[in-house]
Amino acid sequence: MSKFKKKQGGGTPAISTASLPDIVFMLLFFFMVTTVMREVTLKVENTKPKATEIKKLERKSLVTYVYVGKPKDMYASQLGSEPVLQLDDAIARVNEIGNFVISAREEINEAERPLMTVSIKADENVKMGLITDIKQELRKANSLKINYSTRKGEVFGEER
Amino acid sequence: MAKRALPEINAGSMADIAFLLLIFFLVTTTMDVDSGINRKLPPWDEEQLDDPPPIKKKNIFTVLVNSRNQLLVEDEYMELEDLREAAKRFLNNNGDGSCDYCSGALRSPTSSDNPGKAIISLQNDRGTNYKTYISVQNELAAAYNDLREELAQRLYGKSYEDLEEEAREEVQNAYPQKISEAEPVSLG
Repeated sequence: MSKFKKKQGGGTPAISTASLPDIVFMLLFFFMVTTVMREVTLKVENTKPKATEIKKLERKSLVTYVYVGKPKDMYASQLGSEPVLQLDDAIARVNEIGNFVISAREEINEAERPLMTVSIKADENVKMGLITDIKQELRKANSLKINYSTRKGEVFGEER
Repeated sequence: MAKRALPEINAGSMADIAFLLLIFFLVTTTMDVDSGINRKLPPWDEEQLDDPPPIKKKNIFTVLVNSRNQLLVEDEYMELEDLREAAKRFLNNNGDGSCDYCSGALRSPTSSDNPGKAIISLQNDRGTNYKTYISVQNELAAAYNDLREELAQRLYGKSYEDLEEEAREEVQNAYPQKISEAEPVSLG
């Protein structure tokens, strides 16, 4: 009998935490793979309009972003309240888009340049005049693939 | 020489280091998927075409949006909610009878000849809200997608999304998406 009783006693054994790092690393790799680095600090308000017929943007490395919107409150004293354009981290004028897009295109390797997309992330309260100017600049820069960035959601809902 | 056992390295803090990295990545990265409506712009031409190819007026579905975000579709005032149906009726009209897959076609003599010839022309004011513009674009794209979906269901009994490459192309060519955007004017 004593053979079986030997192990009893001595309190609860400590739970091994040796596999904890593995679990955390697993989570870490998951997040590293599924997310992208935050690229810019937004200086403009950016509530994207809703749409249902949307397509996902693939290949993030081929996408260039143009942000449009009213300057955020903290920048309003310098930038005013009219919608402005943001390229990377700086506020820009409309005629600077051309150079910006061309230099972005230079960074992409030659075979993939035709696939480059410009994603227009505009606030829903922006007037079309500004968007049209942007589109004309993009046409002049020969960057013809564009994407109107939207949120997924029903178009009809709150405002009507 | 006595073989001495190597002292074991304490791995207890490994979890802490990994947590630190994990939190760093959680903070600096975003997870939102970018999605939106894809469009292609026409190439920039300094000189405009002198004589654009003639298109019958009945094959053009004009959508005007003014600065108060109101819609004028084919010279009539329209609510945004009705745009999708109107566009579908226009695309699926089959006026010359050459479209054998258009079901429920109205065959009106004043609407489009067939889906291949139908063009939607969109013009907006400089004062139109971007939100309205996107909604209109969305409804027009939805009209095409609805028609393609219907055709896919009828021909293959499958959703357009699930079709094989070839079949998908066929359905796509049955209803080619032709949305033309005119430069904005002041519509008032």
